[in-house]
Amino acid sequence: MGVLLTLSDVDARYGQVQALRGVGLTVDEGEIVAILGANGAGKTTTLRAISGTVRRRGTIELAGRSVARKGPEATARLGVAHVPEGRGTFSELTVWENLRLGAYVRRGSLREDFRRVAEYFPWLEARRSQQAGTLSGGEQQMLALARAVMQRPRLLLLDEPSLGLAPLVVAEIFRIIRELNDREGTAVLLVEQNARTSLMTASRAYVLEVGRVAFEGTSDELASQDAIRRSYLGY
Amino acid sequence: MTAVVAALERRLWFRPSTSWIVPAALVGVAVFLVVGSLRSSLFAQQTISGLANGGIYASLAVALVLIYRATEVINFAQGALATFTTYVAWQLMAWGLSYWPAFACTLGIAFAGGFLVELVAIRPVERRGSQITAVIAAIGLLILVEGSVGWIWGNQVKFMPAPFPSHIYNVGGVAFSRQDLSTIGISIAAVLVLWLFFRFTKVGLAMRAAAVRPQAARLVGVRVSWMLSFGWGLAAVLGAVAGMMAAASPSVLLQPSMMDGILIYAFAAAVVGGLESAAGAVIGALLIGVLLNLLGSYVSWVTPQLLLPVAFVVMLIVLLVKPSGLFGRTRVRRV
Repeated sequence: MGVLLTLSDVDARYGQVQALRGVGLTVDEGEIVAILGANGAGKTTTLRAISGTVRRRGTIELAGRSVARKGPEATARLGVAHVPEGRGTFSELTVWENLRLGAYVRRGSLREDFRRVAEYFPWLEARRSQQAGTLSGGEQQMLALARAVMQRPRLLLLDEPSLGLAPLVVAEIFRIIRELNDREGTAVLLVEQNARTSLMTASRAYVLEVGRVAFEGTSDELASQDAIRRSYLGY
Repeated sequence: MTAVVAALERRLWFRPSTSWIVPAALVGVAVFLVVGSLRSSLFAQQTISGLANGGIYASLAVALVLIYRATEVINFAQGALATFTTYVAWQLMAWGLSYWPAFACTLGIAFAGGFLVELVAIRPVERRGSQITAVIAAIGLLILVEGSVGWIWGNQVKFMPAPFPSHIYNVGGVAFSRQDLSTIGISIAAVLVLWLFFRFTKVGLAMRAAAVRPQAARLVGVRVSWMLSFGWGLAAVLGAVAGMMAAASPSVLLQPSMMDGILIYAFAAAVVGGLESAAGAVIGALLIGVLLNLLGSYVSWVTPQLLLPVAFVVMLIVLLVKPSGLFGRTRVRRV
C-alpha cells in the first residue's frame, strides 16, 4: 500500500489568525486516519487545507501530485470528497439532486453508482424526490456521505460526522464508514470530537494542539497511554 | 390539478407562501378574466393582448430573477442588452437572413455576449467590491450599451420585419391577432425550456447548486464562477427573446431606448413575484400586463403616460401587503 496523501510543514491562516503551524501527516491508500484534538486545535482547518477552501502554504500531495495550489473544484476532480461539518447537503434540492451533484465530476452511468450507494443507504431509494432540508439530522449526514460516495473518491474527508446526532445514529454512520473503507478501499481522513469512537474506527491518529501535531501513533498506542488519553482525548 | 400545483411547489423555484390568500387571489383574478372575456369581446381582446405584453415582461423578469438568485444583483442593463441583441437581429436581417435563422443566430450571439459581459464587466467588480458595486456597474453598463446602440445603428427608429404575417383570427366574434398569440406562445416556450434545462440537465443542476450554496458546490467540483457567467448568458438569451418579441409588437418601436419601459415593468413583475421565484415573476408579469391593458382601455383617465406609475403603485401595494412578494420566501436571518 502506497502513500496516498502527504502533508508536510503546512501553514494555514484566516486573515490575521494562524490556524495551522507546520502540520505534517500522511494517509496510506485504503487507510482510516483520525485527527483528534480540542476545539480550535485546527482539525477542520487541516481538512480545508487539503480540499483548498482555506489559504495555506506548504507541501500537500495527493498520490504524488501537488494539490497545494489547487482550489476545491480541482481537488474534487482529483478524487477528494470533502464532507464539511454540519451543512454537507444542499437542503434546497431534492435527495436525488444531491446525489447527482455528488457525481458531478464523474462521467458514466448515474444509475450504476446509485445502485452501489443504495447498498449502503437503502432508505434513499424511497426518498429520492424529498427535499433534503426536510430530512432528519442523521439522514442529512448520511445523505452527505452518500453524495460523497457517488463521487467515487480515493480520499474521503469527513468533518465531525457525529455532530449533534443520537448515539444509535452515530454508531450506524461509523459502521457505514468502516464498510465503505472495507469494500471500496476508500481512504478516510476523519475529524472527530468523539475520540473513543474514532480510535475504534481508525488505524492511526494525529492529535492536534493549537495548530500543531502534538502526538501521532496507532490508535492502540494513543488509547493506551493514559496521559494522552486524559489530557487530549478527554475520556 | 392540486397534485400538479403541489409538484410545482416542491420542485420549481416556487416558494409557496404558507397562507392561502395568494393562491385564492390568483384564482379569483383568473375567474374574473375568464368570465369577463366570455361576456365581452372587447374585454377578451384586451386580456389577450395584455397577456402578450405580459409574456414579454415575463421573459425579461425571469432573466432578472435568474441573475438575482445567483448573485443578488439586479441587472439593470438587462433591457439595454436585449435592445442590443434585437439590433443584431435587425442587422442580420438587413444583410439578407430570413427571420428565423436570424432569430436563432441572435440567441447564440446573446448567450456569448451575456457570458462575456459577466466575465469582463461584472466579475472583476464583484470580486473587489460588493453587490452594490456590481449593481452600479450594471447601471453603467446600461448607459454604455444603450449609447453604443445609438452610435452603431443611429437613433432613428428602425423597422423590424414581423415573424408572422399579420392575421386576425375570429373566434365567436372575438378578434385575436396572430401576433399576440405567438408572443404568448414564444414566451411560454422560452420559460418552459429554461425550466426543463434547470430541472433535468447536469449543468442546470450545477447552476442551481452554485446559486444556493456556492461553497458546497465548489466542494463537489462545480466551477461556480463559470456557472455565474453561464447564468448571465442564459439571461441574455431570455432578454433577446423579449427584445425581438417587443420589436415585433406594433406598439413598440425599435430604437435604442426600446426596452427602458419594458425593463421597469419586468422589474416590477419580478418584485411582485418575490425576486427569487421564476414562477412568481411569470405570474407577476402576466398580472401586470393584463392589468395595465385593461386599465388603459376601461378607465378613461389612465392614459398611456400613466401606465408606468400605475405599475409602481401595484408593486407598492403588493409589497405593503406582503413584503417578500407574492411567492418570495420570508428571509430568516440568524444573529
